[in-house]
Amino acid sequence: MTEAYELELKKKALKVREHIIKMSGGGGCFIGASLSAVEVIVYLYDSFLKTEGENRDTFFLSKGHDVPALYGTFVETGRMEKSRLENHLKVEDDIYWHPNRKIEGVEFHSGSLGHLLSVSVGIAMDAKMKGETGRVVVMVGDGELNEGSNWEAMLVANAYHLDNLVIVVDRNQFQANIATEDLIPLEPLADKFKAFGISPVSVDGHDFSALEQAFQKLPLEKKQPTVIISNTKRGKGLPSIEARADRWFCRFSDEEVSQLLKELHGQSSAELTSETLVVR
Amino acid sequence: MATAYETKLKELFDANPSLICMTAENRATIRELAGWIPERFIDTGITEQTMVGAAAGLALRGRRPILHALAAFLTMRSFEFIRTDLGIASLPVTLVGFVPGFLSDGNGPTHQAIEDVSLMRGIPSMRVFCPADETELLAGLESTLSQDGPVYLRYNARPRALPAPKPFEYGKAECLSEGTDVTVLTYGMMATEAWEATQLLKEEGLSVRFLNMRTLAPVDEAAIVSASKETKLLVTVEDHFVTGGLASICSEVMVRHQQMAPLYPIGLDGRWFRPGLLKEVLEYEGFTGPHLARRILNRWKEGQ
Repeated sequence: MTEAYELELKKKALKVREHIIKMSGGGGCFIGASLSAVEVIVYLYDSFLKTEGENRDTFFLSKGHDVPALYGTFVETGRMEKSRLENHLKVEDDIYWHPNRKIEGVEFHSGSLGHLLSVSVGIAMDAKMKGETGRVVVMVGDGELNEGSNWEAMLVANAYHLDNLVIVVDRNQFQANIATEDLIPLEPLADKFKAFGISPVSVDGHDFSALEQAFQKLPLEKKQPTVIISNTKRGKGLPSIEARADRWFCRFSDEEVSQLLKELHGQSSAELTSETLVVR
Repeated sequence: MATAYETKLKELFDANPSLICMTAENRATIRELAGWIPERFIDTGITEQTMVGAAAGLALRGRRPILHALAAFLTMRSFEFIRTDLGIASLPVTLVGFVPGFLSDGNGPTHQAIEDVSLMRGIPSMRVFCPADETELLAGLESTLSQDGPVYLRYNARPRALPAPKPFEYGKAECLSEGTDVTVLTYGMMATEAWEATQLLKEEGLSVRFLNMRTLAPVDEAAIVSASKETKLLVTVEDHFVTGGLASICSEVMVRHQQMAPLYPIGLDGRWFRPGLLKEVLEYEGFTGPHLARRILNRWKEGQ
């Protein structure tokens, strides 16, 4: 990856983060998990994915609640009008807390955890049957891996040698209001995947060059699905919410949103007073 | 030996390259098919959820998957996958549930799918087809595989013991006997026993209308409304919980049309049935033709 292109991607990622922060105002959004997934989604849509034509790739957001990062990326890669983001949570549009496939570019709805790895298995099986070379990339949350259906789908993906399947784990270390390792420990995560016949690679999920290196080696092993464990920070870009268990779903005031936008650009840190949503 | 079901499927598969056969490691009635169409046969192992999710993926790519598993596990283990992936998106996936209702014989309550109709018809885009016998199963297969949304097929391939079939159509009941006293409404394997009961009731001098419902979603509302207008007692006969099945459907339809008639629901009332061989289960639970006739006649006399 050239320095110039990496700089371009970083600029886009910054813009996407701005969109996410704006969506955390009003009715709010799952800001932390959206911010951790930004680089992967920007890299995929700006560089890796062939979204149209023969042998096209398919991308699914299985965790779903990081959808502000997807829509922000759609805007910054020319797939969606910027003004449409202002429709967030308006009943007239389909932009809400989880993806709706009525939005052009969204391949399938999600929100219920542990579904789209199975759906991806079906896509990958069909591509194999038809001799197509397109890949299916599915982003799952680390907390989402609690759902047994993921591991069931991996058994099947391994049995059918789906090396056109790429799982990306947004390893931001949190699920809702608790660190993954403090509730249902996932480590050693790479070993778990390996034992299921899924070739793992672990990368810095905020480093575009590292992401590109991983994605360009696909598949890591012939006849095996690949998992890219993307090590990230929940709330990345906003020190006042980074890696904080209580900052999961946030509904910020207009004042907080403008402070967070300043914080994103390194101008001054935000003083957050709004209440946090806690589920445990 | 090949089953008539898989032979018919093979014919449909030959004509339609988008069809895909899937099973969660249950090949009882599609054993030969696996060898006939290996490139379009997917066995996902004992993974009902993954099979349904993968079927959604295949359907998104323009395929028409037809899935096979035991009715209890297909409809209940993977219910949220069916509702969320197939239902919300209205994907054309056919779910074939083996050994529903009394057909699970001696397996016990774990295997008794007697709430499957209730669950499946609760999904807005879902069609529910409950063939009375093998003849009807085969007759309805082609239209099942051309519906524009998901279908639940309550598999029953027992031999036909009913009169010559009327042409098959989704949402149309088959009226095999006209009558003015009682209407017997049924579906699936109970049609055979209910038909025998109908003959016995006629011998007792009753005028009995007999409706084999065939599909419960969409259901033939007109047939239910006419029965409630033109006959004095409706009797539903089903190997399903009384809640959520045909008895509930008839109640809903009569209330919706404000056309009421007394309804006698014969089904499993809030409990699972005693496991055993089918013949003995039907005898014990009171679902043979003679038992049904006796129960209906008693209810008829009470009402007079």
